[in-house]
Amino acid sequence: MATEILMPALSPTMEEGTLAKWLVKEGDTVSSGDILAEIETDKATMEFEAVDEGILGRILIPAGTEGVKVNTPIGLLLDDGEDVASATVESAQSQQPAPADKTLTSESAPAAARTHPEPDRSPDWPEGTETHQQTVREALRDAMAEEMRRDGDVFLMGEEVAEYQGAYKISQGLLDEFGSKRVIDTPITEHGFTGIAVGAAFGGLKPIVEYMTFNFAMQAMDQIVNSAAKTLYMSGGQMGAPMVFRGPNGAAARVGAQHSQDFAAWFSHIPGLKVAMPYSASDAKGLLKTAIRDPNPVIFLENEILYGRSFDVPKLDDFTVPFGKARIWREGTDVTIVSFGIGMTYALEAAEKLAEDGVSAEVIDLRTLRPLDTATVIASVQKTNRCVTVEEGFPKGAIGNHISAILMQEAFDWLDAPVINCTGKDVPMPYAANLEKHALVTTQEVMEAVRKVTYR
Amino acid sequence: MAARKSATKPNVSAEELTRYYRDMLLIRRFEEKAGQLYGMGLIGGFCHLYIGQEAVVVGLEAAAEDGDKRITSYRDHGHMLACGMDPNGVMAELTGREGGYSKGKGGSMHMFSKEKHFYGGHGIVGAQVPIGAGLAFADKYRDNGRVTFTYFGDGAANQGQVYETFNMAALWKLPVVFVIENNQYAMGTAQQRSTSTPDLHTRGEAFGIPGEVVDGMDVLAVKAAGETAVGHCRAGKGPYILEIKTYRYRGHSMSDPAKYRTREEVQKMREERDPIEHVRIMLLEGKHATEDDLKAIDKEIKAVVNASAEFAKDSPEPALEELWTDIYAEAD
Repeated sequence: MATEILMPALSPTMEEGTLAKWLVKEGDTVSSGDILAEIETDKATMEFEAVDEGILGRILIPAGTEGVKVNTPIGLLLDDGEDVASATVESAQSQQPAPADKTLTSESAPAAARTHPEPDRSPDWPEGTETHQQTVREALRDAMAEEMRRDGDVFLMGEEVAEYQGAYKISQGLLDEFGSKRVIDTPITEHGFTGIAVGAAFGGLKPIVEYMTFNFAMQAMDQIVNSAAKTLYMSGGQMGAPMVFRGPNGAAARVGAQHSQDFAAWFSHIPGLKVAMPYSASDAKGLLKTAIRDPNPVIFLENEILYGRSFDVPKLDDFTVPFGKARIWREGTDVTIVSFGIGMTYALEAAEKLAEDGVSAEVIDLRTLRPLDTATVIASVQKTNRCVTVEEGFPKGAIGNHISAILMQEAFDWLDAPVINCTGKDVPMPYAANLEKHALVTTQEVMEAVRKVTYR
Repeated sequence: MAARKSATKPNVSAEELTRYYRDMLLIRRFEEKAGQLYGMGLIGGFCHLYIGQEAVVVGLEAAAEDGDKRITSYRDHGHMLACGMDPNGVMAELTGREGGYSKGKGGSMHMFSKEKHFYGGHGIVGAQVPIGAGLAFADKYRDNGRVTFTYFGDGAANQGQVYETFNMAALWKLPVVFVIENNQYAMGTAQQRSTSTPDLHTRGEAFGIPGEVVDGMDVLAVKAAGETAVGHCRAGKGPYILEIKTYRYRGHSMSDPAKYRTREEVQKMREERDPIEHVRIMLLEGKHATEDDLKAIDKEIKAVVNASAEFAKDSPEPALEELWTDIYAEAD
């Protein structure tokens, strides 16, 4: 049986090409791997090898023909003893797989088809649980220490985490308790040690990588995004990176443009990553413990200014906070203020002041940005019909933009005013104290936004 | 430093030589078939063939023990076949089908096998180097005596993260063999045009990492060097660098016409230095095998490769639901 030789695809984008030259002639015996022809693709001239063996019975497309579509028969290969006239042709055209027959159910079905899930309003800890005041700093340390006691595969690595006791003293005491095998000082080499931590996670350990600040994680972005976040998918579920990347994120005070940036929106963009950004000490503790146990790469965004702030933390042996569950800090009826991380300080301060003017604001702390608790936000907006978002990050592609889009798609009929996003300004962070204050979001701006959406 | 070569009359068994012949031939024939399937439109995107470099992985696998790990770049088909992964699963991944190692979601550059300790398949040049050292970090943490082979090319040898990794691997004495597969071209850039000093095996000197250059067209030389390197790592002395001089017969990827080198240069390599021909001659001259024996092996390999191509064509495309799976792992 004769076999058709088809015009080959010789580059990822080639749809047609020029058959520049035949290097064999009719009647020649060819074996698999012989160069049959030269073909000009959209990029270059390529040699084309024989797939099968046989005798070139006929050339169907002469040399010099332009615009030959991929998979067009260009020649006929005969078996021994066969002649062109009597040959029956085995078409190679049917090589492509049948198209998948199902239509895809997209995650973004039209708004009308949506039913809104009930938000989870269970308390973070049982009523009557004893609490104590702890700083965010102490809460983070306790979370790591508890998880390291619980699981020998958990270890901490980063710059100055061991002997120096942490650049911001988050890892205070951990070297003494767990030793240098599990609390590891690295050289100043973020790209390299992030890659090593990703490899250790592939190898079954559960690394906690501390960045002295997340600004330095930019050096390691490729390892975080391309290696840690995507491997589970690329391996068809065979292996992934169970690990935590943590450290202070966002502006501190007077440290200039390269050390003052909120990366919440950057990391939240990436499928495969989870992103937590706590405000309070109890959330810092409960979410970090959850992050360390999570079998996926988790970005854990802290804030230097919050490290020293104290909050109530429950006295429980094993206190965790689930991902994807926002916390309502203040109930209200006139407007929903959605924030996370240090943004909560502006949101809560604005709500306090607005209450004096008789405006009742509901304040929601998202706590995790991926997964994102949209149910709690939507349920609140269904009650208040207005929403203002607050974050320190840049305005373009901000988390608030995403919340606005979700509300438009899923709660449009409940909105009585456009959603306003209060963000940091669209400028690199200046050093001068007065300019820095204005570059960040301010409580005043949040209050003005609330007045605007409530038409007061 | 002269490249390590095998002895003129090596002390090697017929069985061992035959195994290397078979393993190298499997890679060659598999890659040729992959090239053909690409031309037929069954494989898309990038497809980096390993033809010419077969002795590198086959020689180093001969020096590996059960439980040792390996990780490499995007030119990874040979590494997977050499460590015992199933040709059907590899070919079906190339065609993007459900039967592929990554259910069709990874492609030519992204395959993994926990069972065979193969950790990918990485598409960003040099990124696998710290990851390989991290695998070795996990082994050292567990004190299990295992070694990780971390493969990268002469192109990747100029990436900054490679040197960050050299520093930490040496500092922490990680059991990792850095295998620089020097095929002399970083895509289309010849080594002398991209590299200020030609000897890549000396790149670890600043970090105190020993290195040697090896003739990568000689499988026995590669195996011997691999044994030295592995022994160094298992003795707790830290990393070791092997610069293995090899040659890629085909273009960088499928759409590369390889105009940056002459046809004569490639032809000369193929005719005079081919790693498979080298073992074939040893088998015949040493009277370890007859022409008929080798023909039988050729036939057997051809059948395996053809079967993998058939499997890869017949395996269905992944179900559309697969689009949404494996993004996050569920907690135990």
